[in-house]
Amino acid sequence: MSESIFNLTWLIPLPPLLAFFAIILFTNRNKRLSSNVAIGAVSVSWILSWLVAITFFTNPGMVKKPYNLMVPWLPTGTTTFSMGVAVDAVTAGMLFMVGFVLTMIFIYSSGYMTFPGHLDPALNTDGLDPRYSRFFAYISLFATGMLGLVVANNLLMLFIFWEIMGLCSYLLIGFWYEKKYPDPKQITPKEAGLKAFLTTRVGDVLLMVGMIFLYIFAGDLNFQVIFSGDTLQHIAAMTVNLPLFGETSWAVLISMLIFFGAIGKSAQFPLHVWLPDAMEGPTPVSALIHAATMVSAGVYLIVRMSPIFMAASDGHNGAMTFVAFIGAFTALFAATIAVAQNDIKRVLAYSTISQLGYMFAALGIGAWVAAIFHLLIHAFFKGLLFLGSGSVIHGVEHGHHHAHEQGHDEGYFDAQDMLNMGGLLKRMPRTGWTFILGGAALSGFPLITAGFWSKDEILSDAWANGHSLVFWTLAAAALLTAFYTFRQIFLTFFGKPRTEAAAHAPESVPSMTVPLMLLAVFAVVGGWIGIPEHFPGLGTILNNPLGRLMGGQAEAYGLHYEVLDFHLFPVVASMTVALGGIFLAWLVYGRRPLKTGEPDPLQVWLGPVHTVLRNKYYVDEFYHATVVRFARWFADMCYAFDSRWFIDPIVNSVGRTGRWFAGALRRFIDEPVIDGAVNGLGLVTQAAGSVVRLLQTGQAQNYLLVLLLTVLVLLAMVQFV
Amino acid sequence: MDFLRNSVLTLIVFLPLVGSVIVMLMPKEDTKRIKQFSIMWSFIPLALSTWLAIDYWIRFLAHGSGGMAYDVNLSWISALGVNYHIGADGLSIPLIFLTALLSFLGVYYSTRVIRKRVKEFFVLFLFLATGMFGVFVALDLILFYVFWEIGLVPMYFLIGIWGQAKDRPQYAAMKFFLYTLAGSVFMLLAIIGVYLSTGTFDIIKAAQIGVWTDWPLAASLSFWAFLIAFAIKVPSFPFHTWLPDAHTAAPTAGSVILAGVLLKLGAYGILRILLPLFPQAFAQYGWIVALLGVIGIVYGAFVSLAQTDLKRLIAYSSVSHMGYVMLGIGATAVALNMKGQEGMLKNATMAFDGAGLQMFMHGIITGALFFLVGVIYERAHTRELAKFGGLSTMVPVFYGTMMFAGFASLGLPGLSGFWAEFFVFRGAFGIVPVLATVGVIGIVITAAYILYRIIQNVFLGEYVAKKWDHWTTVYGEHVSGPTDMETFEKVTLWPLVALMILLGIFPSLILNFFNQTAVDILSRLF
Repeated sequence: MSESIFNLTWLIPLPPLLAFFAIILFTNRNKRLSSNVAIGAVSVSWILSWLVAITFFTNPGMVKKPYNLMVPWLPTGTTTFSMGVAVDAVTAGMLFMVGFVLTMIFIYSSGYMTFPGHLDPALNTDGLDPRYSRFFAYISLFATGMLGLVVANNLLMLFIFWEIMGLCSYLLIGFWYEKKYPDPKQITPKEAGLKAFLTTRVGDVLLMVGMIFLYIFAGDLNFQVIFSGDTLQHIAAMTVNLPLFGETSWAVLISMLIFFGAIGKSAQFPLHVWLPDAMEGPTPVSALIHAATMVSAGVYLIVRMSPIFMAASDGHNGAMTFVAFIGAFTALFAATIAVAQNDIKRVLAYSTISQLGYMFAALGIGAWVAAIFHLLIHAFFKGLLFLGSGSVIHGVEHGHHHAHEQGHDEGYFDAQDMLNMGGLLKRMPRTGWTFILGGAALSGFPLITAGFWSKDEILSDAWANGHSLVFWTLAAAALLTAFYTFRQIFLTFFGKPRTEAAAHAPESVPSMTVPLMLLAVFAVVGGWIGIPEHFPGLGTILNNPLGRLMGGQAEAYGLHYEVLDFHLFPVVASMTVALGGIFLAWLVYGRRPLKTGEPDPLQVWLGPVHTVLRNKYYVDEFYHATVVRFARWFADMCYAFDSRWFIDPIVNSVGRTGRWFAGALRRFIDEPVIDGAVNGLGLVTQAAGSVVRLLQTGQAQNYLLVLLLTVLVLLAMVQFV
Repeated sequence: MDFLRNSVLTLIVFLPLVGSVIVMLMPKEDTKRIKQFSIMWSFIPLALSTWLAIDYWIRFLAHGSGGMAYDVNLSWISALGVNYHIGADGLSIPLIFLTALLSFLGVYYSTRVIRKRVKEFFVLFLFLATGMFGVFVALDLILFYVFWEIGLVPMYFLIGIWGQAKDRPQYAAMKFFLYTLAGSVFMLLAIIGVYLSTGTFDIIKAAQIGVWTDWPLAASLSFWAFLIAFAIKVPSFPFHTWLPDAHTAAPTAGSVILAGVLLKLGAYGILRILLPLFPQAFAQYGWIVALLGVIGIVYGAFVSLAQTDLKRLIAYSSVSHMGYVMLGIGATAVALNMKGQEGMLKNATMAFDGAGLQMFMHGIITGALFFLVGVIYERAHTRELAKFGGLSTMVPVFYGTMMFAGFASLGLPGLSGFWAEFFVFRGAFGIVPVLATVGVIGIVITAAYILYRIIQNVFLGEYVAKKWDHWTTVYGEHVSGPTDMETFEKVTLWPLVALMILLGIFPSLILNFFNQTAVDILSRLF
């Protein structure tokens, strides 16, 4: 295919943007038309994305000289800042994944966004969500954000689209903003949206500061410029004296600031708290934004910025180590929490946090290609799992509705609680089997699933390069991952239904199940593109196309990439933890399924530890008691200082003093001494008095007339020369 | 064409005054004709300033120049050497356009909602425009001062007469008037000081001659006298407390003009007068301006977060947002002290650009926000945030418009406010990194008060009819719940929203003006 295809790149983010405006301005009254406009637009973007991506894949020589389009955009002093689009191997890979996943989730949404359970059934006229059109407008805008982020050729443009995604995330998490729960402590969608926006905003602001420093030092933000050898040497050589940290190179400071942006967006510790609560949004949103695309944008950012992180790292010290530490810690930390959650979506949310931690750990140890591999694969299987969970929730809600009509009223019912499920495989076979495939991929089920290959590559890399702490942390996380994933599968799909709702859950409509099946295909075969060359048997057949492409790109960027020799130990280890985790889950939940009302065996065995895990280590409570309370208290203090304690009282007392002084002058000097004669000060007093009097008697125009006349007289004094 | 170029600024400045006189001569019972006339008349400056911007772009910006143009210099009070010297460049033209736009929209909106003392309202409102336009074109210090002062009077009455009784309008109007007047006294002294030093009131000539170059103390004193006057007008922390009272009490269009234009006069004065006339003193004390800016950003944002009244919240948000302007200006000045350093001119230019952009963007965004407050206040007759909730589905158009304005205000990329913030911080981080670091806290808090206080309280959650039951339509008929925006409100607001989007995507449409002129002014100082 001709390379002129790349000239279409800048068009990729546009169709969904047009769909957004078309829906909010014109079609919003017609729900079906709105969803069709959105799906049509995103399909166009999908086709364009794949055209560009596949053209790139067939021209592997382009990694040396990626496509780059520059358009002058902003005058900055005597120079000009250019915007534009670029396509390299990473962009092509992302476009391939994003275009497809977006379209699948748009189609799924058209089936999913039917009438939500929390609304008054009397409102249900057409069976669709009352704000169905609005939903499609928002996800269209989101699609623009994600696609724009991927094709951006400079950090500023990336940041712009990054923030637009943040906006959509906010809008969509709070989509069902009127929803309330009987438990006042449970977070509502509107609060969750706010929490997500503000938490990520903290990271985003730091990212912006990092970006600005980079701009100052490099003179531009175009990727070609900031990754040039000159710039990298310059920022690595310049140092700054920071309080607490001492002498630090600018490269370290900039990469840390940028990394905080990624920590916020990709929900890494300590800014991870927003993502689990983001599950309050409709499930397609969780799948799209909070699993497949937006949250992985943080990883994408670090992938992009890797040359700077390399420049900021000197051997084992520096920015990369910090990234590895945060990633590995988060991977294990979130996995332990996931074990103790009963909400089907929150388990997946913690699993997402954990898997993103995996990717950061990979980036931190220099396993650049492995990180990209896992990023792409994870999007497919995690998107699948979320959509599957949405299908399950949908089914259970319908079952609940059905049971309700039959007279089995269970009071408040949580359709997302896995303890309310069970035995759904028989009721929802398509959803069930695809979910099991996705779960197997997440667990890293050996050889067959994509997740095994991508995880194995990270572990092998860690092992081969001697990062044993990272290796063991990630291996432990992988064990837990397999355990909680199959705990979820056993609780949801196996055993006997534990509620009437689960017993009556119907299978979902084809617009929901077909995307599931398509995604399931990728959750399996997707991994074959990245089987290491030296893996016995399989490796030589498929020859690792992903590794070759991305490896070539890594070398073009001056990053470290090597084709690893085959080591038996990490492969055996990753097989062992995957199968071991699955086996443990079977022992606890599979062998003897849970019965209605029976507590989780883990809760019994772990006791207080389980309580801590179920409450997510009380991080939320900690933030609430410190940051949130402080901000509110400080705001109130500032306002009191402003209006009651200090500033305004001073202004008022100055005013009062002036009035008193004027009055005193009149009473004690003016009237008695000058006996009614008008002096300058008296005039001031009188003028002020008459202004007030005029105001009260309503003769404003008199005064105005005088004023106007004055102005006119002044103007008449103009002497034309 | 040449005739138009020579007279366009004079026309823009004085046509509103002429209109004001014409309205004054119309019978006051004929409110319909007064309204029609006012709308049409206030459209003329808008058309002229649009032409002005395009003409300037074609003749100057396109050739890489941002110098002074359209200047007219006539002797006025020859005994004192006071001249009618006016002109416009890339710093003033966007602000002239902003003034014309907001005045026109303000007049149009007011024709639909002002019911008492209609004639006087439009007399004053048109008159107000003359003062504002005049400040932006004046190149003579006395002329500048005259225009600066005459803007005060109509605004005083607009607040005092058409303010809502419960907001203490007389108090607010008096506070606004006296506070600004107090600042003006300092300014007048400083103007006389400039005259004593240079023998001219002409800003451009005085800059060429240099003010108090041989006596730094006098230069510093003059500088501070000007700065106090301007800082009160901006308003900068700690001179800001007139603002929440005046903005809250003023009628909708008055608040729009106050926030949209009047606040810019102070910042404009700093850039137009202080930067060229007192470069040494400004470079020395620029950090104080930047510091006050940063305090304003953070402090204003926290105070906004504590508000329970929608209009007061937006008023305080202006304190925070004008802090960005002060930070940009202060950083520009500090850069004059660091001339030798690599890239410093670019930093200074971008800080200047950021300040200019923020002036313009704040004008359209906060103008829109005050109109939006008017929309809800005309219906609910309360602005207590706690009385609302769940309005999003009831009034989707209002909600959508508020979302655009709110997100533009919190600096969401893709909307216009972001560029201003980005340029201010890009410049400031290169010059005063520590202050800028403190300033970014404001960005997070801004998001908090917009989303937590406004969006969540007013629009999200469940609509509970019991909470507030005094709804009317915008025309005053009693209804059971909120009604969505009427056509005239859409006509008022959507151009502003369109500008937020347009300038969010193509900021260079405005940026070009500021940037060329910044290069022009700063390259002379560097």
